[in-house]
Amino acid sequence: MSKFEYAPAPESRAIVDLQTSYGLFINGEFVDGSGDAFKSISPATEEVLAEVSEASEADVDAAVKAARTAYTRVWSKMSGADRGKYLYRIARILQERAREFAVLESLDNGKPIKESRDVDIPLAAAHFFYNAGWADKLDFASLGPNPRPHGVVGQIIPWNFPMLMLAWKIAPALATGNTVVLKPAETTPLTALLFAEVCQQADLPPGVVNIVTGAGTTGQAIVDHTGIDKLAFTGSTGVGKMIARAIAGTRKKATLELGGKAANIVFDDAPIDQAVEGIVNGIFFNQGHVCCAGSRLLVQESIADEVDRRLKRRLETLRVGDPLDKNTDVGAINSRAQLDRIVALTDAGESEGAERWDNGCPLPDKGFWFRPTVFTGVTQTHRIAREEIFGPVLSVLTFRTPQEAVAKANNTPYGLSAGIWTEKGSRILWMADQLKAGVVWANTFNKFDPTSPFGGYKESGYGREGGRHGLEPYVKTGA
Amino acid sequence: MSRVDVKKTYKLYIGGKFPRSESGRSYEVYAAPSGRSRSAAPKFLANAALGSRKDARDAVTAARAAQPGWASATAYNRGQVLYRVAEVMESRRPQLVQEVRDAEGLTPAAAESVVSQAIDRWVWYAGWSDKYVQVLGGLNPVAGPYFNISASEPTGVVAVLAPQESSLLGLVSVIAPVIVSGNAVVVVTSAERPLPAITLSECLATSDVPGGVVNIITGKAAEIAPWLASHRDVNAIDLAGAAGADGVDWGALEEASADNIKRVLRPAGDGADAVEPDWTQTPDLSRLTAFLETKTVWHPKGR
Amino acid sequence: MSTTTDTAIDATARARDLLGVTRLTNQALTTWLHGLPGVDQVGCEARAAALGTRSIKTTSKKWAIDLAISMIDLTTLEGADTPGRVRGLAAKALVPDPSDLSTPRPAAVCVYGDMVETAKKALGPDSGVKVAAVATAFPSGRASMAVKLADTRDAVKAGADEIDMVIDRGAFLSGDYLTVFNQIAEVKKACGDARLKVIMETGELVTYDNVRRASWLSMLAGGDFIKTSTGKIQPAATLPVTLIMLEAVRDWRVLTGEMVGVKPAGGIKTSKDAIKFLVTVSEVAGDDWLDNHWFRFGASSLLNDLLLQRQRMTTGAYSGANYIADDSPSTAY
Repeated sequence: MSKFEYAPAPESRAIVDLQTSYGLFINGEFVDGSGDAFKSISPATEEVLAEVSEASEADVDAAVKAARTAYTRVWSKMSGADRGKYLYRIARILQERAREFAVLESLDNGKPIKESRDVDIPLAAAHFFYNAGWADKLDFASLGPNPRPHGVVGQIIPWNFPMLMLAWKIAPALATGNTVVLKPAETTPLTALLFAEVCQQADLPPGVVNIVTGAGTTGQAIVDHTGIDKLAFTGSTGVGKMIARAIAGTRKKATLELGGKAANIVFDDAPIDQAVEGIVNGIFFNQGHVCCAGSRLLVQESIADEVDRRLKRRLETLRVGDPLDKNTDVGAINSRAQLDRIVALTDAGESEGAERWDNGCPLPDKGFWFRPTVFTGVTQTHRIAREEIFGPVLSVLTFRTPQEAVAKANNTPYGLSAGIWTEKGSRILWMADQLKAGVVWANTFNKFDPTSPFGGYKESGYGREGGRHGLEPYVKTGA
Repeated sequence: MSRVDVKKTYKLYIGGKFPRSESGRSYEVYAAPSGRSRSAAPKFLANAALGSRKDARDAVTAARAAQPGWASATAYNRGQVLYRVAEVMESRRPQLVQEVRDAEGLTPAAAESVVSQAIDRWVWYAGWSDKYVQVLGGLNPVAGPYFNISASEPTGVVAVLAPQESSLLGLVSVIAPVIVSGNAVVVVTSAERPLPAITLSECLATSDVPGGVVNIITGKAAEIAPWLASHRDVNAIDLAGAAGADGVDWGALEEASADNIKRVLRPAGDGADAVEPDWTQTPDLSRLTAFLETKTVWHPKGR
Repeated sequence: MSTTTDTAIDATARARDLLGVTRLTNQALTTWLHGLPGVDQVGCEARAAALGTRSIKTTSKKWAIDLAISMIDLTTLEGADTPGRVRGLAAKALVPDPSDLSTPRPAAVCVYGDMVETAKKALGPDSGVKVAAVATAFPSGRASMAVKLADTRDAVKAGADEIDMVIDRGAFLSGDYLTVFNQIAEVKKACGDARLKVIMETGELVTYDNVRRASWLSMLAGGDFIKTSTGKIQPAATLPVTLIMLEAVRDWRVLTGEMVGVKPAGGIKTSKDAIKFLVTVSEVAGDDWLDNHWFRFGASSLLNDLLLQRQRMTTGAYSGANYIADDSPSTAY
């Protein structure tokens, strides 16, 4: 028990005006879905937040048609400058209503308010602001001759960063002149529906953005719809493969941002205190519900014990609990299903012989929770070193030489991200060259920016989101 | 009495060597009908090796082994190696012209033109070796005290179904953009017009292209391509040669490719149709960029 | 609980032991100090900023304010200091808030050496408030060793409980770590029973790597406290610098079992700032340092802001400067 007890410092949820039920957002209006309604709950309390419509195949069809009509009649005819101004408006409204979005995101997702407030929502607004400026400058973006939109884009996003992923998807799609049918994840639909209100406030022409809520079957309906020209998906590698198969032999384009099992590599000459922070940020940011999480710590054997000691001491200061408390570092696991998966994989880690440690912090009685956990003595063949746990669980492995670190880091079907910690500049550059990963963080981790392309090698997906590169998947070029 | 020619045995090109198919099979290759000979009986050209799935497997192994070294060669060096291919082809121009004539049923003038363009295509791509990274990547102005740079890297091992019609120009047009960036390639040649590919491989073998960087398998795409599409150690596949290939369903190949999230370059055409593009057009960067990954590196800026 | 360094020890002998050398040379010190892990500036500042976002409310805030008040070295270090001003400062230390006698007293008053006697007399023998004196040609430290030692002895003789010395930054920056070490060790001897605070003047050391090295060098040479600044140079006590010093004392304790105190001084003016420092102490070094024996704020105007906040929490209404008794009122806070 700490001498310095922090009293509860809850962010007020009064700023959020929750409705009891939400419809689909099609053609600029909220409409009832024809599927069964489902409940969105707060994972921290299991409280029902709202009922949400499930979009059926017919609803998806209506959304695609609305998007097509908006594309042909309005959006494709509008100047890039005007498209951009709508995106600027959206960015500004997101900034104005940032606190409301942050609170709702933490309620629905379970993530700490300090992350939704300081990371998710500001970055979401920044993505709109960044892409807004591209809308009338696509000819200068080195995309190839005569860049033009595909038409109607279907977008399916995950539950780990609901608003941020929405922004990553919608902002470049609209900037390049496409219209959108987006499905948020079934456990975190609420901020996307609040975003629909933002579209209304911005006077975005009806049908340019359509939000359809639902689970896998709704997603399938989007993937299979013949009126969709391009898909953008962020989620599991398993579903990514299903999508790739579903569109095989068609002319639908796809961008896939899939799973990861990133190595965070710490050398014995690392700036050790910052490395410990990077390790913590790498795996415990957003409860480890991060595709690019540094879930495999590769630490040089000569400092393994010291890193272990420093890391565990640091983890004892992590505060787990109420996502709306401004001092919470680690929030709730997003769903019962995800918690079950984390439990199953960590049990496997233990039974396969890795040594388990957690920070012993108290956990709330209700809701879905998992203590920050570290496995030491992990080897490459353990399941916890190979499978994406997507939770606050770190697997610690050791290495002896840079070559061995690279070999272990790359020994995975994934290739999304990697971390390097060393004060030696030339080693950073050599390592960065060798690592098969789309994002390499050296002496930092889990940094994101609208100008910075993000996406994976190998089974972590294809296509990039963010930056100039993020425009490429949304345009076709040539005569 | 005229001299009896010494005829060439056309073999596969795997790992810098010229083996026969491990299957021991070969197939007869005939000249395409042309001009005066259009009604005559087809002219027998040679027995080509009929590549098997195990040849493809061996080729992938060779490509995987060769790829890191090729990728780590300097861009300047790769450019010179590609340029060297053009030089060697130029020196073997008569042979290539004859083979393209035979393979594609062209007039001498047309065949000369095809060979010239094929050589020029190597030169075009050679020049890109140390430029596309600059064109495609660069510093990203992130909102924070970080150095952040994006650069292109090769995808790895790429399987290519070479065009069925354009036996040399088309072939070069699909190989050069793949290897210029440091990928290694396993090519399944045109089924009916495989011989220029083997002569090209002889040019590659004598022009400083490291063994295994380009592997060429003659035979039927319908037999070999599914194994490449489902091969987990292949990172990407170019389905250009699906157009006009007997028994090849490019959609099925794309579907099989999903198993390890291969990057798939679909054949040209609309809907399910696959058509062979006009290879005489000046290329753009799309075939090169299709087999690149973007890597973004962050580092703090501090004192 | 660890032992303290209050007992006299032969700093050189212990340094030889810790460094594993038979003779303490500048080369040995250089190798040791340069072998410390580097500090990444951006990561360090990000960590400090994150600690600064802790939201301390209600009962915790009240507790933290009282703790912060008790950690203040109430300071006046002006050429214009007079016995009257020093007596005023001492009176303030004895009764920080006449409207609320439950207000804790600050840890010490900090004055120039010639004012020690005045301060001592004004505080009396039993107040619990210590007298700290700056010494060693404060603030520049540009004097001969003989003068620095005389300065120290003079203050100790006058009754100073604590000595705040400055290191020779010129020697440090030129890589002459042995000189810095020897000066600290000699001043420490001259202190006798007085606790020694070693001012590194981090604003002149500039880089965090230097701050880390200077911290370890100061601890190795026998400093009881490591202190950021004189208050005469900007930047003074920043949160990232203090974070690095807290990491240093934490790691020193792991190495030696001994605790060393930390004193950020200069530029900490608001309660909000002070609480950020306390959060950092708690989460980086640990709660053992949440005690005025091990952590101090070198400040003058900070006390008044803490008193304002304390009144706000006691009365429920925002307070104003006219409700804070002050012998030298200022609008600086």
